[in-house]
Amino acid sequence: MKGISLLRVVQLGIKSLLLHKMRSVLTMLGIIFGVCSVIAMLAIGEGASHEAQEAIRKLGSRNVILRSVKPPKGQGASDNKRIYTANYGLKLADIDRLAILPGVAHTLAKRIYRMQVRAGREAVPCQVVATQPHHPRLSQMQMIEGQFFNAMDSKHRRNVCVLTDSLAAKLFPISNALDGQVKIGKVVFTVIGILRETAAADSRPGAGAAEGESLDANVYIPLTSGHARLGIKTRELFAGGYNRERVELHELTLQFTDVDQVEAAVPGIRSALDRFHDKPDYEVIVPLELLRQAERTKRIFNIVLGSIAGISLLVGGIGIMNIMLATVTERTREIGVRRALGARRRQIITQFLLETIVLAIGGGLVGVALGVGLPVVVERFAEMKTIVTLPAVLLAFGISALVGVIFGVYPARRAADLDPIEALRHT
Amino acid sequence: MSEKNIIRLERLTKTYDMGEVKVPALRGLDLDITEGSHVAIMGASGSGKSTLLNILGCLDRPTNGRYFLGDTDVSQMDDDALSTVRGQRIGFVFQSYNLIDQLTVLENIHVPLFYQGRDLTDEYDHCLELACLVGLGDRIDHRPKQLSGGQQQRVAIARAMVNSPLMILADEPTGNLDSSTEAEILDLFEDLHRQGKTIITVTHGEHVAERSSHVVRLKDGLIDQETRAPRSAAAVS
Repeated sequence: MKGISLLRVVQLGIKSLLLHKMRSVLTMLGIIFGVCSVIAMLAIGEGASHEAQEAIRKLGSRNVILRSVKPPKGQGASDNKRIYTANYGLKLADIDRLAILPGVAHTLAKRIYRMQVRAGREAVPCQVVATQPHHPRLSQMQMIEGQFFNAMDSKHRRNVCVLTDSLAAKLFPISNALDGQVKIGKVVFTVIGILRETAAADSRPGAGAAEGESLDANVYIPLTSGHARLGIKTRELFAGGYNRERVELHELTLQFTDVDQVEAAVPGIRSALDRFHDKPDYEVIVPLELLRQAERTKRIFNIVLGSIAGISLLVGGIGIMNIMLATVTERTREIGVRRALGARRRQIITQFLLETIVLAIGGGLVGVALGVGLPVVVERFAEMKTIVTLPAVLLAFGISALVGVIFGVYPARRAADLDPIEALRHT
Repeated sequence: MSEKNIIRLERLTKTYDMGEVKVPALRGLDLDITEGSHVAIMGASGSGKSTLLNILGCLDRPTNGRYFLGDTDVSQMDDDALSTVRGQRIGFVFQSYNLIDQLTVLENIHVPLFYQGRDLTDEYDHCLELACLVGLGDRIDHRPKQLSGGQQQRVAIARAMVNSPLMILADEPTGNLDSSTEAEILDLFEDLHRQGKTIITVTHGEHVAERSSHVVRLKDGLIDQETRAPRSAAAVS
């Protein structure tokens, strides 16, 4: 529009909207809720998947985790039917076989025992993790007191252990746990350190799905001491008998020097192991792969939530169009007067279009404010993590502006196409 | 009568096409209006009065014939060109004032200039001057709803003059007013006329016609009777 400053037209638009405050607010409601729900839904979706991804990421994207699994019945049965011993899982020898694979920087082996740990009169069912001295470097844990066992402890199979802080508090309610004695099974160990777990519960060492949930109460001992003092055979009692198992290692983590090597290395790992494992007694977990899967799921989730919210924006837009059409009818005489006083069609179109856009953008701004605020409330009361991302805000706001333009054109055209004489005669 | 013609109509016809029937509203009108005259157009309903007003106001185009406004033939201009002509050369005064409710008095006066791209900040003094001229210098921030009918019509008159038009076209300007207010408005028109403005009023009222210098009576789409008083006579009466 030549000569007339856009600012003046916008001012004019706001002015006539303010004249009907109630109607303008009601008109904007559709857009407000649309924008608000787009942002809030995406924030909740983002938050939910973020938690899952964080848990996976803590497993380490450079890591490949191998776990021993009990092979299906029949395949794993030993020849001796009288004394049934399931002999399965990763072996100590596997460590060296895998360490030489290209790209492997570190290996970490674990043997997990579920046992009662006693100190004085206190007894707590624990997860005893027999591991290697460099364990703290490869997992999320933080030493609070003392230190983790070292290579010498491991080499000499010393009876030393490190407790998690929550377990230390249970076993030694009044005295200091450090340098205290605990009895694991029938063997006495000396406490040389206390640590705190920082990883999420589901990424902590577990003794395999068959043995249930992981515990908060963990005891760490040298792998060598574990093999020497606690053995590798376990008996599991159940109604009418017992199972005997012989497992050398429960878990073996391979850390690669670079993320790019991880996925390509998986077939190599399998072929290196399959030469020595005649039954499927281990599983390969690639956190990176899980991460990708989680991201794919998240994308689908976002698309679904986004489309639902998008439809509500569309409905909001139709609401605006409806009201603007009514407004055009109501202001027919004003349009006629403006035309008589020299307004061209284009100028009338611009004026009504701008009014719609101001409505949509105004609604968009309020919607953004609510959409950013709502996740905060959800986070506080529903204890769900939410993340408001900038793209979500821009997307929602952009759509609302677009809705303003699209649904503003028709009413504006209707307004401009009125015959000035007819419009003036309108009461 | 040596003044130049400001409006010249030649064989002007207007026929409304109502689908099957064609309704003639104007049937070949010839009319000259000189600069500075005060014209009253009169006639019963159906005489073609409104049609003539619409065409004179460039709100409608004649079916046939020519309409010269100033030196320009505006009879077959397109919509945008007619909008510009209305904005620059014609001042409208309506029976029902037709002010814009959401604008103040001053902003209402400014509207015709707005559509020519002239900003209120630049035209503030000009608009204020006109507000004072019609006696509303102290009401410039009021809204139309806060004014009486007579005051609203004064705002409309100021608005009609803001673009320094060739003529002011008034459609029953006192039709909604009581007789004392009517007199005030007619006095205002007379003042403007005395200042040399061209004013064309469409009216039913004989007393309005009495104060005009040039009376045109229409009947069935043709001029029935035309009276031109000498210019001085209008000023005296």
